[in-house]
Amino acid sequence: MSETLALEVRNITKRFPGVLANDRVNFALKKGEIHALLGENGAGKSTLMNVIYGLYSPDEGEFFVDGQPAEIHNPHDAISAGIGMVHQHFMLVPVFSVAENIILGSEVTRATKLDLRTARREIRELSQQYGLDVDPRAIVEELPVGIQQRVEIVKALYRKAKILVLDEPTAVLTPQEVEGLFRVMRQLTERGVSIIFITHKLKEVLAVSDSITVMRRGQVVGTTTPAETDENGLAEMMVGREVLLEVEKGPAQPKEIVLEVKDLSVYDERQVEVVRQVSFDVRAGEILGIAGVQGNGQTELAEALTGLRAVLSGTIHLNGVVVPFENPRALTEAGVSHIPEDRQKHGLVLPYSIADNLVLSSYYKKPYAQNGRRNFQAVLGNSVELVEQFDVRTPGPQVPAGNLSGGNQQKVIVARELSRPVKLLIANQPTRGLDVGSIEYIHKQIIKERDAGAAVLLISAELDEIKSLADRIAVMFHGEIVAVVPVDAVSKSDLGLLMAGSELKKEPESVG
Amino acid sequence: MMADTYSSLPNWKYFLRRYGVLTGLGLVVLMTTLYFYFRDPQITEAVLASTVRYSTPLVLGALCGLLGERAGVINIGIEGQMLMSAFVGFLVTAWTKSLWLGVVGGVLTGALMGLLLAFMSVTLKLDQIIGGTVINIIAIGLTGYFYQVGLAIDGKLKPIPLGPLANLPLVGKVFFDNPPITYAAIVLVFVVQYVLFYTKWGLRTRAVGEHPRAADTVGVDVYFMRYANVVLGGAIAGLAGAFLTLEAVGSFERVMTNGRGFIALAVMLFGKYTPLGAWGAALFFGLTSAIQTQVQFAGVDIPHQFIGMIPYVMTILVLAGFVGRTRVPAADGAPYEKE
Repeated sequence: MSETLALEVRNITKRFPGVLANDRVNFALKKGEIHALLGENGAGKSTLMNVIYGLYSPDEGEFFVDGQPAEIHNPHDAISAGIGMVHQHFMLVPVFSVAENIILGSEVTRATKLDLRTARREIRELSQQYGLDVDPRAIVEELPVGIQQRVEIVKALYRKAKILVLDEPTAVLTPQEVEGLFRVMRQLTERGVSIIFITHKLKEVLAVSDSITVMRRGQVVGTTTPAETDENGLAEMMVGREVLLEVEKGPAQPKEIVLEVKDLSVYDERQVEVVRQVSFDVRAGEILGIAGVQGNGQTELAEALTGLRAVLSGTIHLNGVVVPFENPRALTEAGVSHIPEDRQKHGLVLPYSIADNLVLSSYYKKPYAQNGRRNFQAVLGNSVELVEQFDVRTPGPQVPAGNLSGGNQQKVIVARELSRPVKLLIANQPTRGLDVGSIEYIHKQIIKERDAGAAVLLISAELDEIKSLADRIAVMFHGEIVAVVPVDAVSKSDLGLLMAGSELKKEPESVG
Repeated sequence: MMADTYSSLPNWKYFLRRYGVLTGLGLVVLMTTLYFYFRDPQITEAVLASTVRYSTPLVLGALCGLLGERAGVINIGIEGQMLMSAFVGFLVTAWTKSLWLGVVGGVLTGALMGLLLAFMSVTLKLDQIIGGTVINIIAIGLTGYFYQVGLAIDGKLKPIPLGPLANLPLVGKVFFDNPPITYAAIVLVFVVQYVLFYTKWGLRTRAVGEHPRAADTVGVDVYFMRYANVVLGGAIAGLAGAFLTLEAVGSFERVMTNGRGFIALAVMLFGKYTPLGAWGAALFFGLTSAIQTQVQFAGVDIPHQFIGMIPYVMTILVLAGFVGRTRVPAADGAPYEKE
């Protein structure tokens, strides 16, 4: 090939105790391309990138930058080799200004004093040059996430990065911000920057990348291009078997009303009314999807419905009875299951074992406790059964939940919530951050509950998820439900418009 | 929806918001001082001079604390560092008959105690509260054990009047006619303020105390920065110890720090982790202590225990009333684990 490679790694092997995280990995990045690195959680993508950025030292392997052999032992070496990294969790000091964050570690000084004026000028020039608008004086913690990410990119460019590693950059962004990021990425490549784009979202890969390398269990499975493959092909490479991206489900058979919400209003922490006069109902045997850009009251709505947040006004009926919604245990016993938005904060007690996490809502009942004493035998037996049934990948049920991968943590929650009789399932962002295999599994479970006669309230910011799972869709905007429509009667673009707060025309032009 | 951020305000408004309360407070202090000065110049000068004397070990202790905590290491061992340094400084002077060698001995002892704390909290990743407690216990134990009754030194560090400045009314006696460690403390306040907020070193120190991983990914050596700041802080605490034996008292007594290291911690918080703030807080505490002494001299008919409370009660009131929330460095007290 006549094209020069910006970066090449050969035979990278990295072992962690008990895990072979990278197994003789080869990876080549051409100049000026966007190269997606795709793989399930735990496939070894982040390990590889941390090796490239010098945060881990590999047990074996060679680096070539611009065709020349390079030694990379720490971030400093990587920076001098022109490699910049935008970490999934931003490496920004929240209380520092943008300029202070960008110069940290490569400070400009005059005599002994930091020369922030020069730094700000350079940053402004840089942001104009690359079309990345940032205010060097702004304090980072006051900036929206999308802008903070931009600061991270400018920070890498300030260090003269020619190779940019973006580790799951879209995980924290809203759909609009994702669009913005893609524009920025294309602009960067036009100016000669090469980008490694780590993700597990298939659509994004196909939308933005020039070539795609897929990893599975620490090994590179293959390299391809968007023209040569499609979502199904990529998913199969990632998971190693055929994956159903669209869930198969029959038509809903709605029966009696299970959850009825009338004129519900809820405050957030700042005493702002973020859920305003919301009314809807969910019937047994159907899935009502609540769509909306994050931060439009969905979180607070879910918390109010599960007894985790006080209701300001309005009524909530479960099976026609007013339930004491300020008491989560009463709800659990009335057959409400809840998959919370933040699995680590609200779904699991991370230091507890899987077995204990599986009985969090029933530990006080027989057979898990008797006369105030816990029955560990029963707890363990239950966990062995559920781990098997819900396909939780773990060395054993005594492992702390915090040691599991995100997908397996979510499976533990699903196992706990769905292993008892469910009348109403409230699933809030049930597949956020999960890989396709786990998403497929959880979607199937939700459909199964619906078909078994449960009422399901699905809250999700992923339009695809709402479209493929829900039977009816309620769109939330600024705390209000602006429309409730059957899933077949609305197109994705119309949903997007509704989520952005605009009225829908009477006759939607395209349906489906 | 969002409150104006500081950066978007015009300069004078920005200044008022940020320094308004401070300026107002300063004016009030200035007016009252002048009022009392014209009523009774001698007592006023004496009160102010002892204010500065009381404040010296506190502000030095606070500088020690805030260097460490800005870098992410909580130091509750200031008391022990001071006590040990006071003792060693005293011993060195007693043996060598040199006050200056004593000061050097004190500073080195403080730095060594800092090194011990840094080793426990950065390398061994011990709980930092326990690390500080270890230092306090070591200091009390060792100084108590090796203390010899009858050991004495001749004299102590003498005031050095700064030429004609020392003859100025009011401020002359208070600021320009002090012994060396007191001068050093005032200079250090400005030096540390400058270093922390206007230099590369300071930017890195604060980054390491707020988000060590972020600092690590841009090539800042987190461990080195923490070690260096804790050791430097220890040296400053050592200076405070030397002040006690070699400049203030002229002898050593058991547990003579008498809680000053802990008050220094309060002073540091009170000053919101800034050297200038800590200096203001230390002066305030010094002033209330000086007033308390004057009240005792004046022979007011109140049990002396109550008068002795004045500085502490005033501190609590001001702390609760004016100072508002203090923002603790985000990674303060958390050992850094490299991946």
